[in-house]
Amino acid sequence: MDKQKYLELYSQMVLIRRLEERGAELYQAGKIGGFMHLYIGQEAVCTGLIAARQPQDRVITAYRDHGVAISCGIPANQVMAELMGKTTGISKGRGGSMHMADVTRNFWGGHAIVGAQLPVAAGLALGDKYAGRDGVTICMFGEGATNIGYFHEALNLSKVWTLPVLWVCENNIYGMGTAVGRASAVSEIQQKAEGYGMEHERVDGMDVIAVYEAAQKAIAKVRAGSGPRMMEILTYRFRGHSMGDPERYRKQEEVKKWEEHDPIGAFHVYLVENNKATKKELEDIEARAMDEVQKAVEFAEASPEPSLDTLFDNVYVEEV
Amino acid sequence: MARITMREAISQAMWEEMERDPKIFILGEEVGVWGGSYAVTKGFYDHFGAERVRDTPISEAAIIGAAIGSALTGLRPIAELMTINFAFSAMEHIVNEAAKLHYMFGGQFVLPLVIRAVGGGGRQLGATHSQTPDAVFAHFPGLKVVSPGTPADAKGLLKAAIRSNDPVLFIENATLYQLRGEVPEEDYVIPLGQSTVQRTGKDVTIVTYSKGLEISMKAAEELAKDGIEAEIVDLRSLRPLDMGPVIESFKKTNRAVIVEEGWKSYGVGAEVASRIYEQAFDYVDAPVVRVAQKEVPLPYNRALEQSALPQPADVVAAVREVL
Ligand SMILES: Cc1ncc(C[n+]2csc(CCOP(=O)(O)OP(=O)(O)O)c2C)c(N)n1
Repeated sequence: MDKQKYLELYSQMVLIRRLEERGAELYQAGKIGGFMHLYIGQEAVCTGLIAARQPQDRVITAYRDHGVAISCGIPANQVMAELMGKTTGISKGRGGSMHMADVTRNFWGGHAIVGAQLPVAAGLALGDKYAGRDGVTICMFGEGATNIGYFHEALNLSKVWTLPVLWVCENNIYGMGTAVGRASAVSEIQQKAEGYGMEHERVDGMDVIAVYEAAQKAIAKVRAGSGPRMMEILTYRFRGHSMGDPERYRKQEEVKKWEEHDPIGAFHVYLVENNKATKKELEDIEARAMDEVQKAVEFAEASPEPSLDTLFDNVYVEEV
Repeated sequence: MARITMREAISQAMWEEMERDPKIFILGEEVGVWGGSYAVTKGFYDHFGAERVRDTPISEAAIIGAAIGSALTGLRPIAELMTINFAFSAMEHIVNEAAKLHYMFGGQFVLPLVIRAVGGGGRQLGATHSQTPDAVFAHFPGLKVVSPGTPADAKGLLKAAIRSNDPVLFIENATLYQLRGEVPEEDYVIPLGQSTVQRTGKDVTIVTYSKGLEISMKAAEELAKDGIEAEIVDLRSLRPLDMGPVIESFKKTNRAVIVEEGWKSYGVGAEVASRIYEQAFDYVDAPVVRVAQKEVPLPYNRALEQSALPQPADVVAAVREVL
């Protein structure tokens, strides 16, 4: 991996982190509404994973989608504007935090019903296979989502039809306040792939390089026609499930322990210790991210609210 | 009488019933350790324990299916769906099992089951999380559908639902959880399937329920300033639907406006209007007008979303139209 790639991964993670920290402030200030689920702590997952895709590979995820949106190449401006419900937002202010998508960048959303994106992912992959395209669909979901029927139906279908899907479970241990061991028959989610005859692996989601390398291999195999496979990526969310989570289900010491494995901090150490980057370079990246987020906030603030006469836009494709 | 919130009223109803009958238990996502994602079951887990306050995986079909099965054995489950939007993930079991088993097996199966689900828009949750699909569920014979508009009704109706031997869908509205009202101290139930007059008036009949009641009350205050006295009939139950107080009021006012938060097409208003025409045609002095949600999936943007939701001003305008 060349130096440029390392720095790209680092800057993307930092940008996601800063954007969300700012988002949390704006939420407290009442400028962002609805449900907002922060990705803080999990940045290495979307960053490493999506860096390994080709442009023809589709990405689809759940409501915890800000990081994924950035990794898919959506400018911070449009993510921030969506959070503030502006017309310049990536979903024109209609979707909000949970419902971002950009089909031009092969990002197929932000789906807020747990597990709903999985069968849809199977369909995206079917479309590519049907048309003879070599795209791989990367479908992300939480470990909590593996307990809903949609997960099982989608995995089964993808195997039976040999669909080019990479199923990526982000195991951050909790589905809202329920620890994986309290909700899932097996805590090691990759075992569930066995039941569908799929190859699988478990990856350290706090290590962006590990995620990137594993994803590269997995995507290549799926592209080569192996059929669907599953990656379980172990990670942790440092913040509450969504804004306003009383967090009665875990101890702060546990959070602190995981914060010691902060994917950004760890990567910083790695880059400096292995002479991949200087501290100065990383500081500059930090400053650029702050600047980009600041500009995004200004852009979003200055952007227009949707006008009320556009309420009925896009209910249907055709005139009714 | 105590002045408590809707949230407290619902919580008290379950608490008191669970103290009374050990067969009653709660199951659902985050109902236990978390205390309910809307804090309705706060304190239940510590008091009643993990056997009776059961956190479930994210498995709506299994929540409702298992609730049905356990009810068939004589337990009295209260299944909480975190929001009514997730009821679609359990549709099979609500519609094809809960609503049908008693009838289809010639009365052998009895399911004393309550499904609690919160719905409604107005909180910028976007299209998937803001729905008011009450009418969809009220479509199915075999299911009772209840949706209160005041804390006192919430408590009395939920107790009745818990004591009922039929499956009951109890629909709450998240923006009403903080609504305060007088609630009797003593044990009481409000029978399911009884509409009631929440405000008396002689000029126009407003028929509504749940969130629509709050909207209609505000509208009625506005109208009163101009000397227009609206009578407000709260349906409280959508199935069985009690038209008695509606028709009685309509025969007095000869004009009706129906207010609901859900979409207008094929909605509660459509049903109530038809029944008014069927049961009181000779008393109609003006076409019945419906106030409801605009026919769009709700957008995230606050102003856009509010413009799609029925407001007191819409009710005022509708009343002026029928007068
Ligand atoms: C069908 C459905 N049920 C419940 C919810 C409410 N809900 C939203 S997120 C969530 C937890 C999901 O956990 P997980 O899949 O592990 O993802 P994470 O939030 O940890 O990223 C729940 C229960 C929902 N959105 N959809």
